[in-house]
Amino acid sequence: MKALRNFLDKVKPSFEEGGKLAMFRSVFEGFETFLFVPDTTAKRGAHIHDCIDSKRVMSMVVIALIPALLFGIYNVGYQHYLVTGQEMDSCGIISYGLACVLPKIVVSYAVGLGIEFIVAQWKKEEIQEGFLVSGLLIPMIVPASCPLWMLAVATAFAVIFAKEVFGGTGMNIFNVALITRAFLFFAYPSAMSGDSVWIGTEEIFGLGGATNVVDSFTGATVLGQVGVAQGVATPVLTNAVGGQLSVMDMFIGLIPGSIGETSKIAILIGAVILLFTGIASWKTMFSVFVGGALTAFLFNQIGTTPIMNLPWYEHLLLGGFCFGAVFMATDPVTSSRTECGKYVFGFLVGMFAIVIRVLNPGYPEGMMLAILLMNLFAPLVDYFVVQANINRRLKRVKK
Amino acid sequence: MAEVIRIKRGLDIKLKGKAEEVFGKSEPATLFSVRPDDFQGIKPKVIVKDGDAVKVGSVLFYDKANPEMKFVSPVSGVVLAVNRGEKRKVLDVRIQSDGKFESEPFQKANPSSMTSEEVKKLLLNSGFWPFIKQRPYDVVADPNEKPKAIFISGFDSAPLAPDYDFVLEGKKDEFQLGVDALSKLTDGKIHVGVNVESASKIYKRVTGVEVHEFVGPHPAGNVGVQIHHIDPVNKGESVWCINPQDVVTIGTAMKKGLYDFTKVIVLDGSSVKHPAYYRTVYGAQITNIVKGNVDETSAVRYISGNPLSGRQISADGFIGAYDAQVCVIPEGDKSEFLGWILPRLNKFSVNHSYFSWLLGRNREYALDTNINGGERAFIMSGEYDRVFPMDVLPEYLVKAIIAKDIDKMEQLGIYEVAPEDFALCEFVCTSKIETQRIVREGLDYIRKELA
Repeated sequence: MKALRNFLDKVKPSFEEGGKLAMFRSVFEGFETFLFVPDTTAKRGAHIHDCIDSKRVMSMVVIALIPALLFGIYNVGYQHYLVTGQEMDSCGIISYGLACVLPKIVVSYAVGLGIEFIVAQWKKEEIQEGFLVSGLLIPMIVPASCPLWMLAVATAFAVIFAKEVFGGTGMNIFNVALITRAFLFFAYPSAMSGDSVWIGTEEIFGLGGATNVVDSFTGATVLGQVGVAQGVATPVLTNAVGGQLSVMDMFIGLIPGSIGETSKIAILIGAVILLFTGIASWKTMFSVFVGGALTAFLFNQIGTTPIMNLPWYEHLLLGGFCFGAVFMATDPVTSSRTECGKYVFGFLVGMFAIVIRVLNPGYPEGMMLAILLMNLFAPLVDYFVVQANINRRLKRVKK
Repeated sequence: MAEVIRIKRGLDIKLKGKAEEVFGKSEPATLFSVRPDDFQGIKPKVIVKDGDAVKVGSVLFYDKANPEMKFVSPVSGVVLAVNRGEKRKVLDVRIQSDGKFESEPFQKANPSSMTSEEVKKLLLNSGFWPFIKQRPYDVVADPNEKPKAIFISGFDSAPLAPDYDFVLEGKKDEFQLGVDALSKLTDGKIHVGVNVESASKIYKRVTGVEVHEFVGPHPAGNVGVQIHHIDPVNKGESVWCINPQDVVTIGTAMKKGLYDFTKVIVLDGSSVKHPAYYRTVYGAQITNIVKGNVDETSAVRYISGNPLSGRQISADGFIGAYDAQVCVIPEGDKSEFLGWILPRLNKFSVNHSYFSWLLGRNREYALDTNINGGERAFIMSGEYDRVFPMDVLPEYLVKAIIAKDIDKMEQLGIYEVAPEDFALCEFVCTSKIETQRIVREGLDYIRKELA
């Protein structure tokens, strides 16, 4: 490590102002601070500091995302083999999954971090690590068949207009990953919804074998199936080749859907990591589930359409509800920052997610819109909590 | 006695190098420094010059805004220099001690038979006044005001802080006299906050005070937290506070009829070989007590005060006027390979992504001065609230200060806080925001704007 440190110290001057490679200062600094925690000491104020920093926080979230990511890779391959009617072999499944997902991760990071480096260079600031999480979230919340160029455009849009114009990490109003998804959803609706986008049927890098799908293929997500059903009762829910789905299947997650959202087991592992380390607020996460469950339960009581009749626990297991509740609603920057506010924020996210799902005729998923909507209202929720504190103080004077 | 006040939110940081209850031996200091900057909110007008002979209690400077408020020498000897910085700002008055501690004349006094005005005049003239601070603004108390109460925090809960039961041993009469004098300054009560786990014999035997028992982690011993839980400061009100040892100083002068600024300080921290208590006076140079007593295998930092809110001084620096502690801890001026992802078992964190919370509450750490990261915007929420035991929203208050929004600052309770109350926020902050500096600037700003 000594040699590496010495090397960095040696090349450092050429990256500084006036050096030959000064245009790459932010990149160098970014890598340097990742390799070595800087030797900055406290100049005034507290002389000792907790050893937590934002790199640690962000990397913990990335670690928490990994189970869902790995399962997502497997599921992409699994769905492909399922609909093409080929014999399953785990090697093929994983390699197809990797070939489908890895390029998305690379594109998302390359575009997002590239913009971050440029902005950091331009503003003469230190590179911030917020995009480490967003950059991994983005590929996990898009359908398997999402074209890379769309992903690149959407990521660039989100990083510039949802983050950098507000001042960068910690200043954004909306969750960056969700803005990416919202951009894709509104700009390229045909690539983001419908029956044919969720399962990769194309051949990628020569991987995946046969690409002609079996006759009984219906690539709709489970929510999609409920959304288009006629009558009052919930239809029989099936997988891509017509096999009936049980609640357990929804929990395990070998079903069509966005790459990272399908496995509730993997998300649960992530949730445990986030709650155990205290990085995500249990208050937010818990309230999202309470809000969603109560709302779905109420709709169950009304029960005039198939999706109203979808049992409340299946509502929570399907679509992006769990993924959103664990990884997106708990983003500390864009959710409520007061402790009481977190309960309200979470509850309303859960409620709106189900309301949008049930009452919106065109689109069967509601988590993305619910979180973005509540991102907008989080400051309002906080405003009331802060105002309550102010009023308590005023009351004290009158007494 | 009122019921025990339970402080739930806070944090005890266990540091290595706690002092035993013993007195260390050292040569007395010969060089002393009185720093106007120690006394927040005053403008000094120096009246001594180089070469003047001074005694204990001789006036060195006074406050331009309140000329009756004097600041006096803690030792007898010769003024070596009046050091000035940019714009002729007075940095400090250096005094070479003659080792005799000769006192200026001081009339023995019985505060109980004095009027309020007489006590006030005595304290202002004698140089004891500056040891009384006020909330709001955390500055030297304004003699033109009448506080609604006076608070004395009877214990210090900061890391490695001195044990006041030990420090005040045998000072009951002096403490009582000091309290009697202070009681003339307010129509309200004198509140003393004590730690439920300590004996606090002196506080409990003193008359004329209301004793409140506190239990819980740091900052339970911060006077600001105690004020908040006993009788919070509202807009337009003020309360005063004073350290127990300074109460004793006032009492000693009245009892003995002479100036005696002797106080007990503790020298501790993980870089100190033999942490111990020392008798000295404020402004004393630390050289003699740290010489040969500090592990200098790597760079160290000397702090006057505690590691959370103290002030960095040099190896030949001086003890601050309000401080009863000198801390020596390692400098953290080394970079750490991939530190952000390692388990870092030797470092402390309240965050559960590290394992300090599993390694036992009593495990002691030798923390250095590295800030362990880079400064960021606010990212994590709720961190401050967990270590801030007041009904104040610390993050929102800090943001209001940054925005210089005076209305919001008032509404969010800036009158109740002092920078030291934010020390733990600064410690736990993931984004490494200098909250104590921000709060100090906020207090100065609002005081200036509303003056």
